This record gives sequence, C-alpha cells and structure tokens, in this order.
Amino acid sequence: MSSASDFLREYLTVLILGGVGAALVGLLLGASHLLRPARRQPGKSLTYESGVDPVGTGWTQSQIRYYVFALLFVMFDVEAVFIFPWATRLEAYGGFGLVEMGIFVFILLLGLVYAWRKGVLKWV
Amino acid sequence: MFATLLQATGAGDKLVTPEVPWSHLAPQLILVVGATVGVIAAAALRGRLRRSVGAVGAAVVAGAAIVSIIPLWHRVSNPAQGPISAVNGAIGVDRFSLFVTALLCAAVILASFTAEAYLQREGLDGPEFSLLLLLAAAGGSVMAGANDLIVMFIGIEVLSLAVYVLAAMHARRISSQESGLKYFLLGGFASAFLLYGIALTYGATGTTSLLRVQSFLAERVLTDDGLLLGGLALMLVGFAFKVGAVPFHMWTPDVYQGAPSPVTGFMAAAVKTAAFAGMLRVFVVGFASYADLWRPVVGALAIASLVVGAVMSVVQTNVKRMLAYSSIAHAGFVLLGVDAASAEGTAASLFYLAAYTAMALGTFAVVTVVGGSGDGAHTLDAYRGLGRRRPGLALAMSLFLLAQAGTPVTIGFLAKLGVIRAAIDADQWALAIVAMLTAVISTFMYLRIVVAMYFAESESESDDRGELRIPWGVGVTIGVAVIATLVLGVVPGPLEHLSDDALPVLVAVDGR
Repeated sequence: MSSASDFLREYLTVLILGGVGAALVGLLLGASHLLRPARRQPGKSLTYESGVDPVGTGWTQSQIRYYVFALLFVMFDVEAVFIFPWATRLEAYGGFGLVEMGIFVFILLLGLVYAWRKGVLKWV
Repeated sequence: MFATLLQATGAGDKLVTPEVPWSHLAPQLILVVGATVGVIAAAALRGRLRRSVGAVGAAVVAGAAIVSIIPLWHRVSNPAQGPISAVNGAIGVDRFSLFVTALLCAAVILASFTAEAYLQREGLDGPEFSLLLLLAAAGGSVMAGANDLIVMFIGIEVLSLAVYVLAAMHARRISSQESGLKYFLLGGFASAFLLYGIALTYGATGTTSLLRVQSFLAERVLTDDGLLLGGLALMLVGFAFKVGAVPFHMWTPDVYQGAPSPVTGFMAAAVKTAAFAGMLRVFVVGFASYADLWRPVVGALAIASLVVGAVMSVVQTNVKRMLAYSSIAHAGFVLLGVDAASAEGTAASLFYLAAYTAMALGTFAVVTVVGGSGDGAHTLDAYRGLGRRRPGLALAMSLFLLAQAGTPVTIGFLAKLGVIRAAIDADQWALAIVAMLTAVISTFMYLRIVVAMYFAESESESDDRGELRIPWGVGVTIGVAVIATLVLGVVPGPLEHLSDDALPVLVAVDGR
C-alpha cells in the first residue's frame, strides 16, 4: 500500500462524514416541511425586526467608515495569534524569545503609529 | 493533546533558538529597517518633507544595501568559507542571492528616481512610494535567498503586497485602481496555488527545506509520486503567474497599462527578476532530480510565452500594452534559460534579467515622460513626431527598443544570445528556433514605435501640445540605463563574469 492512497483513504472518512451530515440535515428539514401546516400571510414574509414594523428596503447603502478600524483589528488579531502560543512557552524561549517578540510587537505598533499620524483613527 | 505536545517537547526545557548572523543578512536588514524608519519619518513629518527626499532616501538605502553586498560577495567567493546558510537553514547567502539582491536594489534606485518626477507632476504623496519599492526589494531578496519553501512564500508575499499597493498608488486615476485590484485578486490566486503546491510537496517529502527535499529525492525513488507532481505543478503555476508566462499572463496587459508608469517599469524589471530567482532556486536546484519531468512543461510555457507575447504585441495600439506583451515575450526568453536546467542556463537567465532590468526601466522612464500630465498619453499617436520635438528622448527610446529587439552592440543582443546558446547546449533546438523566429516578429513591433517617433507625420497639427519637460530624476534614470545598455553591450565581460559566478547552491547549516 503506497502512502499516497493511504493519504487519500483518510479523506474518505471526511467524505462519509460530510455525506451523513448532509443527509441528516436534509432528512430533518424535509420531514418538518412535510409535517408542518402551511398558512401563507403577507406579514410572515416581512423582515423580522424584533416586532417593530420594518423601515425602508433591505437594499440600503451602509457607510463603511469603520473599515480602517476593522483592518487595524485584524492586525492586532494576528498579533495575538502569535503572542498566545509564545506566552505559554515564555521560559523556554528565554531572552531571545523576549527580544524577538518585543521587536515583533514594536513593528506592529509602528503600523498603528503610522495610521494614527495619517489621521485614520479620527471618526469622520 | 496539548499536554502530550508539551511532554513531547519537554516543557520547561530551553528551546534551541536559531542563531541569527546579523552581518550576513545585512542587505535585507538595511532594506527593511530603512523602509520602516522611512515610514515613521514620513508619518511624523507629514507634509513637511519635499517630495524628492523620499526618492533620494530610498536610493541611499538601496545604495547602502548594494555596498553591504560587496564584502559578503568576497566572503562567499572565498573557497575557504563558501556560501552561508543562515537562521537554521531558512535563508541562504550565496552569490546567486547577492547578485539578485544587487539587481533589485539597482532597480529600486532607478525606479525611485523616475517616480520622483512622476509624483511631482501628478501631485501624489511622496515618501510612501519609494518606501514600498524598498519593501518590495526586501521581499525579492528574501525570495532569492530562500532555502525553505515557506520562506520563499513569505518573500513572495512581501514583494507582492508592496507591488499591489504601488499599482494602485495613483488613486485618482480609475485605471490605476483597476490595475491594483486586478493584480491583487489574481495575485492572491497565484499565491494560493503556490502555497498549496508547497503543502503537497510537504505531504510528499515531509519537509519544506529545499536542501532536505533535494537530498530526500536524491536518496530514494517514490513509487507513487502523484502528490509530489501535483505540488510541483501548482508551484510552477504560482511562479509562472508572477513572471507573467503564458497561459498565466492574462493580467499583464491590463495591470501594466493601468499602473503608474514608473511602477510598470519596476514590475517588469524587479518583480520578474525576483520571481525568476525563486523559480531557478526551487526548480533548477531543489527539484534537480525531477528535471526530466518539469523541463517539458517549462519548455511549453516558454514557447507559448514567446509566441503569444510577440504576436499579440504587434496588434496593440497602446505603447504600454505593447511593452506589456513584449515583457511576456522576454519572460519566454528567460524561461529558455530555466528550461536548460544547467549552470549555463542559470547564468544566461541572470544575465538576461540584468539586461532587461536596464532596458525596461529606461523604456518606462521615457514612457513616464511622454505620458504627460495625468499619465494618459500612451497611444502610438502620442509618440508621433517625438524625434522632432525631443530628439534626445527619442534617441534614447529607440536605443532601448532596439536593445529589447536584440540588436548587436547592445546588451539585449548578448542576453538573447546567452539564453539561446544555453537552450542549444541543452539540445532544445525547437525552443531555440522558436525564440529566434519570435524575436523577428517582436522587432516589427519595436520598429513600429521607432517609425512613429521619426517618420510618421502627425495627423493633427495640435502636435505641439506643450513642451515635454524632462525632470532631473528621469534624466538620471535614462542616462544610467543608456550607459548600461551600450557599455555592457560592448564590454559585457564584468557582468558576464558576475552572472557566471552567481549560481544558486544549497548548503547545510554549519555544525548541524
């Protein structure tokens, strides 16, 4: 048995699991569709807004002025991805790890300083 | 699971951290630190810096990187010491990586001088432009030295992210935005291909280190190498996209046309150089034992690039698109050297890339001037009568175009000669013949521009639409490119000597 087909065989498990999952969802939704009573009313097809009558249409433009904050958030999110595993092994990495992480955080902070100086942190 | 992991590594023990030989990584460090300090300076002194400061600063940093390469080159050339494998075998410092780094730094210097004039004319923000050039060069330099596929990927991403932003730098021009977005989306796809190829290679060989891949493949024969072949194919797609080889070239004309002209020159020169450096290291060195399998594919890519690049360039009417297709044809020529999979082929590819860097940056410096305010006048009509209006500029442009066509006495001829000779030495007669035939077709396109500059009567007499000013930055770039094209065309010895020496090697980590 070659390693490549072993490798593919392991994916067969994933395939079977996926198939079972899809069949289960189909079965449950199909059964409820068959069993439940269907009485169509216009009110039922309205957008649900916690009981309040909906205002306007669903196709409105929303301002994306906070996208820069989202970008900065991603930056620090990724930083956290690296810091957490590093923190669990802090002693093992020793001084080298501390300095290295310091440089890493410093470079990311430079990005924040740059964004701040460019005025993107002001709410417009 | 976590507990077993901790047990396996022996929690609390000191981890062996790789030694970082800072002095051996000086070129990359200078580029990165220079760019980082520059970004902070640009943010802190916002608006109080003159635009030319960014260009001159970037040129100084890139120049310092080139200077730092000289002692490293001597150290690596010394047979007693030899090439270096740094940071636990992640980055190699050999003459190949140093040669490519020097080439990239030279491209940064020339491109940032062109860009200085461009930014002034278009009223764009200054320093970031040049700093992104530095970051791109740092990424390319990491690619050239990568001894590990993951490091190669990091290098290609650093390079690409900087160039995506550069392509969209002229944010007020809609075509520049389109160019940046298109390059970003397609480039993201290509990176994904490359990464998946790396993953499959890791699956097949159990390592991402090129050295260990090489020795793994040298020691045993895989009974079932489907996984490895899939990985090779996907990595080839990723690299072929970055160098703009047919059939992965679709983005090239649009992106080259829309990007700011100095950026287009940089993309043609530096991005291609870095991508080919990665390709040479991964395929010619790392997968040398699989050469029989990947060589026909690279050969097919070369033929397709040569033919499509030459034929499509002839029917264009926009000079930037013509040059974009011509850059595809040039990629085909360099692929000839890659396909040879030999020391001569690698040296010929490097020589070609060096020659094309000079020619492309010179050509696009002229295009930047002719493009005029708004960077929009790039049709063939804009070049009509240039020989009368600015004889010097037209003469320089003609020289660059004839050099690209491969006229003797210019560096372009020797570059083409080198790769074709390497192809013939590797018994690839068909490739060599296709290359020579398509060079003739390309010549027609280059001559079309020359004819438009000198012989075509301008149809409307609105010809004298303002004086074409040649700012000092562009003048420097064109001057240096002319000298490089002519002098190295007559006396190629020094450059040939360097490119012959600059062969990629993989060395084991010292003492391990």
